[in-house]
Amino acid sequence: MKQQLENIKAEAIEEIRKAKDSLKLDEVRVKFLGKKGALTGILRSMGGLSPEERPIIGKLANEIREDIECALEEALKQVKEKEKMARLSLESIDITMPGRNRDIGNLHPITKVLDEIKEIFFGMGFSIAEGPEVELDYYNFEALNIPKNHPARDEQDTFYISDSVVLRTQTSPVQIRTMEKIKPPIRIIAPGRVYRSDAVDATHSPTFHQIEGLVVDKGITMANLYGTLDTFAKKFFGEKTRTRFRPHHFPFTEPSAEMDISCHVCDGKGCRVCKGSGWIEILGSGMVHPDVLRKGRIDPEVYSGFAFGLGLERIVMKKFEIDDIRLFYENDVRFLKQF
Amino acid sequence: MKVPYKWLCEYVNLDKNINEVADALTISGSKVEEVIEFGKEIDKVVTGKIIKTEKHPDADKLTICKVDVKDEVIQIVTGASNIKEGDIVPVALHGSSLPGGVKIKRGKLRGVESNGMLCSEVELGIANENSVHGIMILKEDTPIGEDIKKILGLEGGIIDFEITSNRADCFSVYGIAREAAATFDKELKKIETSFNETDESINDYLSVEVKSSLCRRYAARMIKDVKIGPSPEWMQEKLRQCDIRPINNIVDITNYVMLELGQPMHAFDYRYIKGKKIIVRTAQDDEKFKTLDGVERNLNSSMLVIADGERPIGIAGVMGGENSEIKEDTTEVIFECANFDGTNVRLTSKKLGLRTDASSKFEKDIDPNLIDIALNRACHLVELLGAGKVAKGVIDIYENKVVPYTLEVSPQWINNFLGVNIQKERMKKILENLEMKVKGDDVFKIEVPTFRQDVKIKEDVAEEIIRIYGYDKIPVKKILGETVEAQWTLEQMLIKKVKNVMVFCGLYEAMTYSFTSPKVFSLINLPENHELRNTVNILNPLGEDFSIMKTTGIPSILECLGRNYKRDNKEAKLFEITKVYIPSGNNLPNEYDKLIIGMYGKVDFFDLKGVIENLLNILGIDKAEFEREENNSIFHPGRTANLIVRKKNAGVLGEIHPDVAENYEIEDRAYIAEIDLKTLFEAAKNEKRYKPLPKFPAISRDIAMLVDENISVSELEKVILREGKELIESVKLFDVYKGKQIPEGLRSLAFSLTFRAEDRTLKDEEVNKVHESIILKLKEKFNAQLR
Ligand SMILES: [Zn+2]
Repeated sequence: MKQQLENIKAEAIEEIRKAKDSLKLDEVRVKFLGKKGALTGILRSMGGLSPEERPIIGKLANEIREDIECALEEALKQVKEKEKMARLSLESIDITMPGRNRDIGNLHPITKVLDEIKEIFFGMGFSIAEGPEVELDYYNFEALNIPKNHPARDEQDTFYISDSVVLRTQTSPVQIRTMEKIKPPIRIIAPGRVYRSDAVDATHSPTFHQIEGLVVDKGITMANLYGTLDTFAKKFFGEKTRTRFRPHHFPFTEPSAEMDISCHVCDGKGCRVCKGSGWIEILGSGMVHPDVLRKGRIDPEVYSGFAFGLGLERIVMKKFEIDDIRLFYENDVRFLKQF
Repeated sequence: MKVPYKWLCEYVNLDKNINEVADALTISGSKVEEVIEFGKEIDKVVTGKIIKTEKHPDADKLTICKVDVKDEVIQIVTGASNIKEGDIVPVALHGSSLPGGVKIKRGKLRGVESNGMLCSEVELGIANENSVHGIMILKEDTPIGEDIKKILGLEGGIIDFEITSNRADCFSVYGIAREAAATFDKELKKIETSFNETDESINDYLSVEVKSSLCRRYAARMIKDVKIGPSPEWMQEKLRQCDIRPINNIVDITNYVMLELGQPMHAFDYRYIKGKKIIVRTAQDDEKFKTLDGVERNLNSSMLVIADGERPIGIAGVMGGENSEIKEDTTEVIFECANFDGTNVRLTSKKLGLRTDASSKFEKDIDPNLIDIALNRACHLVELLGAGKVAKGVIDIYENKVVPYTLEVSPQWINNFLGVNIQKERMKKILENLEMKVKGDDVFKIEVPTFRQDVKIKEDVAEEIIRIYGYDKIPVKKILGETVEAQWTLEQMLIKKVKNVMVFCGLYEAMTYSFTSPKVFSLINLPENHELRNTVNILNPLGEDFSIMKTTGIPSILECLGRNYKRDNKEAKLFEITKVYIPSGNNLPNEYDKLIIGMYGKVDFFDLKGVIENLLNILGIDKAEFEREENNSIFHPGRTANLIVRKKNAGVLGEIHPDVAENYEIEDRAYIAEIDLKTLFEAAKNEKRYKPLPKFPAISRDIAMLVDENISVSELEKVILREGKELIESVKLFDVYKGKQIPEGLRSLAFSLTFRAEDRTLKDEEVNKVHESIILKLKEKFNAQLR
């Protein structure tokens, strides 16, 4: 009987080894361990054994059952693994096919750059101020030291709504409106649309965007002005940017300055973009004229301040190398998608 | 303004390269537009003497020359025929360069070695193709082996300045020289003005009367025994370099003085001054006058003229008259040297459309005291050129004398204001170099010369000091003092949100002009008497198409859609946040922000509505409704809705009316929305509160039914929600069908209902009961047939 058991085991192990899939393994299980299986048959016939032999054979039979079960389980595990591998390889897809994405739109390039500039100044403690686009002559000119017949009025060809109302030619009127509203310390930028009666061509638009800046407090110096603008230029145009302050003249600042940045194309060596000078002019600025402070009801003997203004379109055009300002206002989706 | 570099160096010893000078002056406040260097591209071109010529053995038209260039004798083959032995010519040596990037190298012509090139004026870039032919032959006494640039005066160049309107004193060579002297801390040389007078007095020939305060000073000198002829080459050259055409010695002197000192002058032929007198007066309305350029001008009483006893002989500060101009046989000349009101000159020149060198100088309001030196300088030049003799005396009408201005400022204040630390002595030196007189120590008492009428307050003095000291020495300093907290306003944050929602809904941001054409109202079918036709109008527009301020953003976005359509873009989905300008009855109109959406392509009404729903959701606006709108003439009567937020009309959305689409040449269905942001923002909830997640499971039921097609989904939803009482959590339409198998006039709708209780797991029986009552109500109210 012992020999019989050993034979069953050997036979079972052999069949398990040959089994190729889980179905076949199941057949093996039934054949040897099932209710009508070979091993069960042996155990059933154990009644004919002597009481001494019974536990020995019983123990052996159980050991053999465990061995077979163990072998079956092991084989099953291997077969399942193989089957899984086969399935995964069948499920392979072409990952170079395009992704399924929903259309996302885009902000206008001018908005994108403006947002970037706002964030930089926001980080330096500047809030955003606003003012009307249809503006009183008083705020746009008079209060900024530009009386009637001042030559600066010719330079800024103005659209008039009436004798005393204009489309603002600059964002500077927001300076006066801000000073009228809030007391120092003042630290604001005022981005917005401005209007000049320039005929439309590749570099001129009758409407464009400016960003005005104004800081008023006790002890504000020209070094603060330069420090602020230098920081802005480095953050916006890159840490390696060099800046240059040049004297200039604006009626509402004194002293006045224009700021140049080193040409990003030639790094200051001189090229076509910077007309050989190595520098690109980006903004006008200066210390707020005492008359202008007074118009804003601020005492120039106690407070001082600085102001600056930059044209947004020119900066956006430089940044993206756009050569025609009209593209900004045509809104061709093929243009708008590029930024 | 163009300043020849060599001329500048006559007054101040600069001993520097032209570019260094240009850079330094830019930094000290005289911005250089351009440096034009003469002969910049010419290199290794020298003078040489042709010592022998012979015919080329194999080419009739070529000549072999032996040329002495001092250090050696070289052989050059040339095709020119105008040369002979003994000629001195420009020789481009091996390795030389010429204008236009031409490089000259040693080579062979028809087998004969040639070690350079003989040059023509054209090749040297100093003449154009047609004016000369052949090799340039230099004067016989020209030294050989010399750099051609030196021989031809091609060193140096011209600096072109952009002068700001406040610096009238810089509109001259001498004015720039003063700036250069201060910038480089060098001495400014005096201008030679000495001359002799004859015994005859001007007063025997002329009297002057000034009848208008627009003439601030009028001075005149008389030149007798005038011999008209060309001015000397040195003078002509300078004039030409400054773009002024030489005419004759007398006229050239007036122009020379204007360039040199910034004081325009005029010369009258004395024989044409009627009545021996000059009267400065305003013109009569419609007075006719022919200016020097031969054009007849129509004057009016706002303009100032120079007249004789009978008629105008010049327009003050702008241009003289043909009737008194200097001619070849002129023998007696009156020099006018005057000062006129700048604004008046500017306006007159604008009205006449006649801007001259003189008017552009006068309009900056030049110093009346400049007349003394200028008039003397002109007389000095007359004598120097032998152009005539200066009569005794000067007529000078100068009522309100401009005197130097005095102001006080402390050096300490200047340092504090600028944020720098400049020594007092340095400040003093800078001011003195600018011809200001400084007294005092702790407080400077500064006398400002009359030509610096722009220096009036202490801030002006600070600018003078820092620009000469150097803007580049201003340190970079952070703003100290009280910290200022930056903040976005609520509106700014909401606008940002709106833009982000639009972008994530697949829309592209557009920007359009704020002004438009009054014709757009008809293009969008707006009724004749509609309130939006009441606009803010521009008095001086660029044209009718840009003559009114927008009252609606719809036409502009339609234009953009039309443009995209015309350019064959299959789809365009745009949005813009734009202002509209509504007349208010006050001085300034009201400006409102509008959100405009425009799209065509693979989209329909519900894509547009979906965008608006997303927006409402993000802004936290839950009480919004869409109300059918059938009477808005811009839109399709059956495919349009008003957006109602908190019972207020917040805008409109829908398919554009086919007539309007046709007007904008869009041959596709286009969808437009115009939403008022203020109304939207008033309803926006910025704070959101957490609601606990449901603890008990939900039960779903679907309802599919046939109803009359005129019954709206929102009506059905309302009934379902009302009947569902507190157990219904949501109702969602998931299928709509019309057509085959559905009787005419009906449609099939399918809703998915979700039921849930907060405090327990719902039992089927409970839900069934509610569900039944909902169905009952739908049948009762809408005659719904369940499917
Ligand atoms: Zn460059």
